[in-house]
Amino acid sequence: MTNKLEKSADIGVFIALIAFTIVFPCLNAFTAEGSAMHVSGFQLSVWGKYMCYAVLALSLNMLWGYTGLLCLGQCLFFALGGYAFGMYLILSIGESGDMASLPTFLNWDDLPAIWGPFFSPVFAVGAVLLVPGIVAFIFGFLAFRSRIKGVYFSILTQALTYAGFLLFNSNETPFGGTNGFTNFKVLFGADVNTAAIDQGLFIASGVLLIGVYALLTWLLATKFGKVQRAIRDSENRVRFSGFSTTHYKVFIFVLSAMVAGAAGALYVPQAGIINPGEMLPARGLDIVVWVAVGGRSSKFGPVIGAILVSLLKSYTTQVFPEYWLIILGGIFVFVVIFMPDGVVGLIKKVIALMKGDPEEIDENIEEETA
Amino acid sequence: MRNKFKAMFAAAAVATTSTSVQAEDKKVNVGILHSLSGTMAISETSLRDVLLFAFDEINANGGVLGKQINPVVVDGASDWPLFAEKAEELLVGDKKTAVTFGCWTSVSRKSVLPVYEKYNGLLFYPVQYEGEEQSKNIFYTAEAVGQQAIPAVDFLLEEGVKKFYLIGTDYVYPQTTNLVLHEYLLSKGVPAENIGGGSTKDSKGKVTSVGNYTPFGHSDFQQIVADIKKFSASGDAAVINTINGDANVPFFKEFAASGLKSEDCPVVSFSLSEDEFRSLPAKQLVGHLGCWTYFMSIDSPANKKFKADFQAWLKKTDVTGVVKEGRVTCSPMVLSYNGVYLWKKAVEKAGSFDVDKVRAALQAGISFDGPGGTVTSQKNHHLTKNVFIGETLENGQFEIIETIPNVVGEPFLKGTFEKK
Repeated sequence: MTNKLEKSADIGVFIALIAFTIVFPCLNAFTAEGSAMHVSGFQLSVWGKYMCYAVLALSLNMLWGYTGLLCLGQCLFFALGGYAFGMYLILSIGESGDMASLPTFLNWDDLPAIWGPFFSPVFAVGAVLLVPGIVAFIFGFLAFRSRIKGVYFSILTQALTYAGFLLFNSNETPFGGTNGFTNFKVLFGADVNTAAIDQGLFIASGVLLIGVYALLTWLLATKFGKVQRAIRDSENRVRFSGFSTTHYKVFIFVLSAMVAGAAGALYVPQAGIINPGEMLPARGLDIVVWVAVGGRSSKFGPVIGAILVSLLKSYTTQVFPEYWLIILGGIFVFVVIFMPDGVVGLIKKVIALMKGDPEEIDENIEEETA
Repeated sequence: MRNKFKAMFAAAAVATTSTSVQAEDKKVNVGILHSLSGTMAISETSLRDVLLFAFDEINANGGVLGKQINPVVVDGASDWPLFAEKAEELLVGDKKTAVTFGCWTSVSRKSVLPVYEKYNGLLFYPVQYEGEEQSKNIFYTAEAVGQQAIPAVDFLLEEGVKKFYLIGTDYVYPQTTNLVLHEYLLSKGVPAENIGGGSTKDSKGKVTSVGNYTPFGHSDFQQIVADIKKFSASGDAAVINTINGDANVPFFKEFAASGLKSEDCPVVSFSLSEDEFRSLPAKQLVGHLGCWTYFMSIDSPANKKFKADFQAWLKKTDVTGVVKEGRVTCSPMVLSYNGVYLWKKAVEKAGSFDVDKVRAALQAGISFDGPGGTVTSQKNHHLTKNVFIGETLENGQFEIIETIPNVVGEPFLKGTFEKK
């Protein structure tokens, strides 16, 4: 019963995501400006950013929802991916002859050595995945080997992201200090201010989201996914059964960091800026809120949560600039008190009620969240 | 789930693509892009207030080119990528704005700059900054380094100060300002060993950073103050302070506790104005110096009228979130206010709200008699204005001790001073 429901839901999600990824840019490209159906380049980039946020939320849910590791430093991996790609974007400006646009880090005449390899797009894309991956591997290996878990793990990840913030915020570190990088002009040799780039970035974000969702779906169906959930439910039992839980946890932590890094890399050209503000502990908490609002007991919940909350933030800072914090805060309180399984949990309950078979479905939900 | 997603999509489409074009010919939309929440809200809400005040004042006198200003206020929320998104919304969203007044931090300005250049918009930026930038889509009513730090150092040199200790928060404004000051002091014949705070050099021996830097919100200044005490033992030293925000409180506490006095070693601060003293105690700063292009204590009819009108506006306004008690005026507020009037005059001179025409009018030179005296726009998008040096009083006000009239705004100073 549950499997059937999950499967049909999965297929629905894939169709919806694919349709969205294709239709939205087409509305931008093939409808006249000013027509009711037209999607502007601005909306395209805003929705592209939301999809990057959705991927980031999925990456957290891999850890929190399915392995029981509440990581508050997911924003660090997102920012590291963003910085790696941002360095490439900044250097491409120089290639097109406009050296004046390069940030004048302090008073340096030459680029610091660490910047050299980022002239290569291949290296930059590799670094987008590898830098967060390596940081996560080192941190995860040390933390999990020492059997740090629960709230201690959460606090350590928050401390890690704050350390990252302080490091990148300092002007001694050659990454642009507080300002970070802005004013990108060229992406893979093309002018960033063209419609084709807007559409390309949007489609890339959509493809990443679909890919990560597929990866998660596949992973959960494997034996690995079962062990992962078993760790969440009772790590000691898993260890006594002869599994090295450390290896499993390190693997999923590294994978999730790399996914977050990829999301960050696609986010930066669409947002137009990367700076240490992305590594602030508050950002890490934002992601937790997305996942909680959407519902961490479901695969698709984080996607809904990330998009819904970001949409609300964009909308309320525009329409109710004086009240938006109160509105958003009120919603979070409401969700925590009345919708412990988030939006998706609520929908599941509603479906169950409509079918007149509440108990069976309730049990299924509990099974998943326990 | 699928249905939910579609519903969301529809809601979002409504939220972001609403095409209701309001045919209000009698109005012109003007954007205000400041942080009304987050860490910068405490400073930036004052600018929102003074901008709304200026709009009401202009509307009461017939508007701009016969059109009433319709303020479009958005919240940047101290979130730099959100600033760029909001800027784009103001330029191409439902309510298209003719001009934006906004930004406080350099990073927010850097974040929105590409957006204004992409859509050929117009932004007025009102807060003292580090220079090294000149966009064709931004007018910097702000103090450039040459209108704050350099006049202050000139004043101290005249007063017989021979040694300068540089201290600041580690971000681009203090770093750049101090690099410029370092070059300037050397060009004035101050020997390198008389510039305190340390310096960093690259492998070729080129100075990359001068001064002693602490992170935002730093609270332990014991070591630094001890260093300053040693440095200033000769009695002819001053401290150039670019520490940002509330970190100034522990610094000045430590400074006073160590027995250092403003008579022996004055501290001149560039980030503390009257508005900051609404939340910071001024007691330990008495006698120390500030340098701005406006002080609330300026004794002129224009300033008296400005202050009285602003207070009257505060009393009757019904805008949500406006603090009505204990309000003061300060330089960033007046520079915002001046920006509005410069834009109005430029629009009237150009006879159009078109950005290219308004820019040309501003570049040709528009003058406005503001609360701090006459300001004139320059071809390089900066302003010529008066600079004042003031001594801090216990009530958070400044007593003006020096006025330098008509200082030209020049953003590119790094590397322009020859070492003597």
